[in-house]
Amino acid sequence: MTLEVTRQQTDSHSVGSPYVRLDGLTKKFGDFTAVKEVSLDIARGEIFCLLGGSGCGKTTLLRMLAGFEAPTTGSIFIDGVDVTQVPPYERPVNMMFQSYALFPHMTVAQNVAFGLYQDGVSKDEARDRVADILGLVRLGGYEKRKPHQLSGGERQRVALARSLVKRPKLLLLDEPLGALDKKLREHTQFELVNIQNILGVTFIIVTHDQEEAMTLGTRIGVMRAGEILQIGSPTDIYEFPNSRYVADFIGSVNLVEGRLVEDEPGHVRIDCPQFGCTVFVDHGVSAPADSIVSVAIRPEKIQISRECPEGADNVVSGTITGIAYLGDVSRYLVTLATGAVVRVTLPNIFRHETRLTIEDAVWLSWHGSAAVVVTR
Amino acid sequence: MKQKRSLVVLSAMCFGFVFLYLPLLMMIIYSFNASRLVTVWDSAHSPTLAWYRELWTNEEILSAAKLSFKIAALNAVGAVILGTLAAFSLERYTRFRGRTIFALLTTAPMVLPEVITGLSLLLLFVALQQLFGWPSGRDATTITISHITFSMAYVVVVVQSRLATVDRALEEAAMDLGARPWKVFFLITLPLIAPAIASGWVLSFILSWDDIVITSFVSGPGSTTLPQLVFSKVRLGVSPDINALATILVAGVSVGVMLLGLGMVHRDRRKNREARAVLVPES
Repeated sequence: MTLEVTRQQTDSHSVGSPYVRLDGLTKKFGDFTAVKEVSLDIARGEIFCLLGGSGCGKTTLLRMLAGFEAPTTGSIFIDGVDVTQVPPYERPVNMMFQSYALFPHMTVAQNVAFGLYQDGVSKDEARDRVADILGLVRLGGYEKRKPHQLSGGERQRVALARSLVKRPKLLLLDEPLGALDKKLREHTQFELVNIQNILGVTFIIVTHDQEEAMTLGTRIGVMRAGEILQIGSPTDIYEFPNSRYVADFIGSVNLVEGRLVEDEPGHVRIDCPQFGCTVFVDHGVSAPADSIVSVAIRPEKIQISRECPEGADNVVSGTITGIAYLGDVSRYLVTLATGAVVRVTLPNIFRHETRLTIEDAVWLSWHGSAAVVVTR
Repeated sequence: MKQKRSLVVLSAMCFGFVFLYLPLLMMIIYSFNASRLVTVWDSAHSPTLAWYRELWTNEEILSAAKLSFKIAALNAVGAVILGTLAAFSLERYTRFRGRTIFALLTTAPMVLPEVITGLSLLLLFVALQQLFGWPSGRDATTITISHITFSMAYVVVVVQSRLATVDRALEEAAMDLGARPWKVFFLITLPLIAPAIASGWVLSFILSWDDIVITSFVSGPGSTTLPQLVFSKVRLGVSPDINALATILVAGVSVGVMLLGLGMVHRDRRKNREARAVLVPES
């Protein structure tokens, strides 16, 4: 816990002064609170990902930033200016819609130029800027096409070009890759980051896909029920989740409950009845002794062996009851003597390995730094 | 077996068409009859275009037709404007006080008996005249206003159903790109609902063109529409020039319906093309 706090402090120092600031933002629809007291600072040039399941309020938050919903309380500052009451057509913010929302009765060039004409940009300048941005998203020569003549990936790039051509201070992306198939999505992820690097526009991305958030985001905010549970870099979120929900939502994890039996500043021991052993954690936690905490261990941080490893801590034995071979890695389900099932992931490094098979009796062990203790 | 069944289908279809269109066909044929008596076919002098020529020189019919056309066109314009506004507010502003009442009231004239609509409008016009001196008497203006009140309801239904298929995100995207609300409406919403507005216009035109019940309540001397004239002429005994007039009207309506149908086929084709384009797998 202490470690996590120091990490976040260094982060906020390195990214500079806030460019976008949300201050106590709340949105209520009748009795339902969609967004609850969200305060958030985002630096210039950042790619901030709002990650959460459906109905967690992430889209409402994005729509408040765009100006489509008025917050019930709280304010929004962009580049030092309070834009809470500014209508969407006057905000220095553009949005890329989940459905892309390309105007079906206009060509690609007309779609992209639409925003420029609203600002009174001259025809010549608009033509040049449209050509530039279409070149950037590799759609040169598509000017005369209509949206229905484009593939899904091409439409996505037109939508991106249209929202970037006005050089907004802030670009909002609502599930930008949601409608693309897997191969195209992987490719487009890197392209999106690349374009962001070239233009230096601040991005706020809403997604429910944790992989998308991890690859795109410089920072991630995990949302649940209208609140942001944790903000941090992808590494922070993955390696140092601050709650059971975050640990479970991001990636795969073994979560067990235990009682804090030894509480020292440098290490703790937790008695986990489900593991049938004590778990040694090589850093202190901010929970009183004897309290019930949760221990989160990522599957890839657990070693698996046929022989009993040395040391008394963090060692349990069990039987393999399930194997999923995925090519790059294999996932094992190991059932312990207590009946608990532990997930373990191992990389397949050697081609001719004598692989573990089902019903094998194995030992599981992990390093003192592998486990994370969460108190809520 | 198959042959036999198709024969049944074919004869059923023929019967249907005969049932529907034989009367019209009779009327068209008799419009070329030379005899002054509608029911007697004068084979010696028929067919003849005499009645059409007479129609062309009949000032009464020509001016009634002109008036009907003017009222129908004006009515269609007014109904389309008001109907689109109503449809827009019903579809896009889903949370305002009295929305349900508004929705019911805008479409009520569709189901209200025309006699009641006509009578209430007449009472309103008379009361207005007594209070404010306007409208002074019943004329083309009162007919047009009355026609707008009921044809607007049809426009609301047509435009609203189209509007429901227009993705709200399109309007939001335009606003996000800097277009003010009225510009969003004219640049994005209007072009997308234009087909519905066009059908609403044609529908309103036709509704007004052949309305007689409401018209007879709110028309005055000197403002006789074509349906009224035909009706009064028929009451005095059917004269053959009515056949000629009706034939022209039927021809006009047929052409209009055909154009509308062609337009719809064209639109469906384009829609199918667009749908196919969406379904094409990504490269």
